[in-house]
Amino acid sequence: MSRAWSWLRHHAIVIYAGLAVAYMLIPIAVIAVFSFNDPAGKFNYSWEGFTLDYWTGAFDIPELNDAMLNSLQLAALSTLIATALGTLIAIALVRHEFFGRTPANFLIVIPMATPEVVIGAALLSMFLIYGVPLGFTTLLIAHVMFSISFVVVVVRSRLIGFDRSLEEAARDLGANPFQTFRLVTLPLLMPGVIGAALLAFALSIDDFVISVFNSGDTVTFPLFIFGASQRAIPVQIYSVATILFAVVVAAMVFTIWQQRRAERMAAIAPEREGDPYATTAAMPPAPGAAGG
Amino acid sequence: MSTTVRRRLVPYFLMGPGLIWLLLFFVVPMYFMGRLSLESGTLETGFRFTWEFSNFTDSLERFDNQFGRSFLYAGVATLIALAIAYPLAYAIAFRGGRWKNALLLIVVAPFFTTYLIRTIAWTTILSDSGFVVETLRTVALLDEDGRLLATPTAVIAGITYNFLPFMVLPIYASLERIDERLIEAAKDLYSSSRQAFTRVTLPLSAPGIVAGTLLTFIPAAGDFINAFYLGSINQQMIGNRIQSLYLNERDFPTAAALSFTLMAAILLIVFIYIRFAGSEALMGDEEEAK
Repeated sequence: MSRAWSWLRHHAIVIYAGLAVAYMLIPIAVIAVFSFNDPAGKFNYSWEGFTLDYWTGAFDIPELNDAMLNSLQLAALSTLIATALGTLIAIALVRHEFFGRTPANFLIVIPMATPEVVIGAALLSMFLIYGVPLGFTTLLIAHVMFSISFVVVVVRSRLIGFDRSLEEAARDLGANPFQTFRLVTLPLLMPGVIGAALLAFALSIDDFVISVFNSGDTVTFPLFIFGASQRAIPVQIYSVATILFAVVVAAMVFTIWQQRRAERMAAIAPEREGDPYATTAAMPPAPGAAGG
Repeated sequence: MSTTVRRRLVPYFLMGPGLIWLLLFFVVPMYFMGRLSLESGTLETGFRFTWEFSNFTDSLERFDNQFGRSFLYAGVATLIALAIAYPLAYAIAFRGGRWKNALLLIVVAPFFTTYLIRTIAWTTILSDSGFVVETLRTVALLDEDGRLLATPTAVIAGITYNFLPFMVLPIYASLERIDERLIEAAKDLYSSSRQAFTRVTLPLSAPGIVAGTLLTFIPAAGDFINAFYLGSINQQMIGNRIQSLYLNERDFPTAAALSFTLMAAILLIVFIYIRFAGSEALMGDEEEAK
């Protein structure tokens, strides 16, 4: 009895964490399971029977396809622009000393600390006053705007742990600044940039609140869901969401794998400053290297 | 132009395009929203700028319920999220072992489905004919015709769920950074597990708690999706009113005034909170540096 009690006490936090993890996964499981449901009414609320109809017919709603296409185009374009602009800001912030750093930092942090509804409302206010027609362009402006800050944060964290001696080596070997950037800095920065781009893409494709204010007649995937859910909830929404989930998980696993590979390659590079034993410890003991 | 001057201008060229984008489409719009909030008129007659400060007092009076609910729901959801997230982050950081990365991936997994869809999934889970409600009715925790949808419980549960990762990640980051030798040292010096936790681990993770609560509370106070899907008219939050006033009723001055009041209120709460809790968190940092 007391052993069981002490086991329980020792593992209480793990059990609690397990329950929390289950809580986080339940809605995702519900989405996946109910995409196979054959609901009787308009709302996918209770389990009625198994069917593959909404998977084979996942792309049978033309409006849903158009919305998905809009979302993908919007996310691709805004990711491209936001990643480029954000990466440049991150490089300036980490690599250069300049006057006005504090306001620049402030300008980057404050959009992330503002409720989305305020950002959306403010942009709409400006567009209204200038009579700007709402549509794909205003959506693109908004999506780039809210993505930039996140790109800066991700790329900056990668830049801070950056080995500058590699760039100095490139310069010493006669590369000009542009070549150094293209051949050394950018490849080493790439995992951070890809991570930032994935985040920007995910933010854009998922955004509803800011989009609903600035979309006009353009319908994106979340806006379609919102519109459709007022009348009924088509099962296809769950099938498409499951597909989207699988794609994102695959992309995540791929980047983690890539990052691991980059880290392994970095481990072969000469030792980091401040911790001369880090690399030798990471490498397998090579025969004959013991004397070094 | 000399090279030194050119070198000094480089950061401005690098940051220029991005910061101009943020200025034009974040800062400038705030100015226009401020202007709109002081206009008067109707959609038919057109709006004119008249320093109409009564927009603020009137809207606050009209929608004080929604304001109260926004901050109440967001506050309660933040506390529940903290209660769920801290043990979870602690377990991942100190007991995760080789499963750490996989567990972190699960924590952010909700973000891989669309926000609206995971909220709609909660309507499936909590629906009147669903498993949860039926079980609660059987064990008499709910009345025969009691329901979960369209109650504050459902809205708060939805908010908690949707912003939970924002709470877990910063707390995990601050726990992960703790040098475990400090905890061992505390135990060597005859502290109990509880004392080691309250005197060492908890203060050192305070920055993560402050960051997590802010990252949860701010979006939660402005949220209207959860109230829209999981609540009824009686659970409407201020975000619902802002959205509807802008897009349906098209009463722009009132909507702009509400948005501004919301932002000011959030900034005020955040400022007080940081003065209150932040100093302690910062002191934890200083002690670490010493």
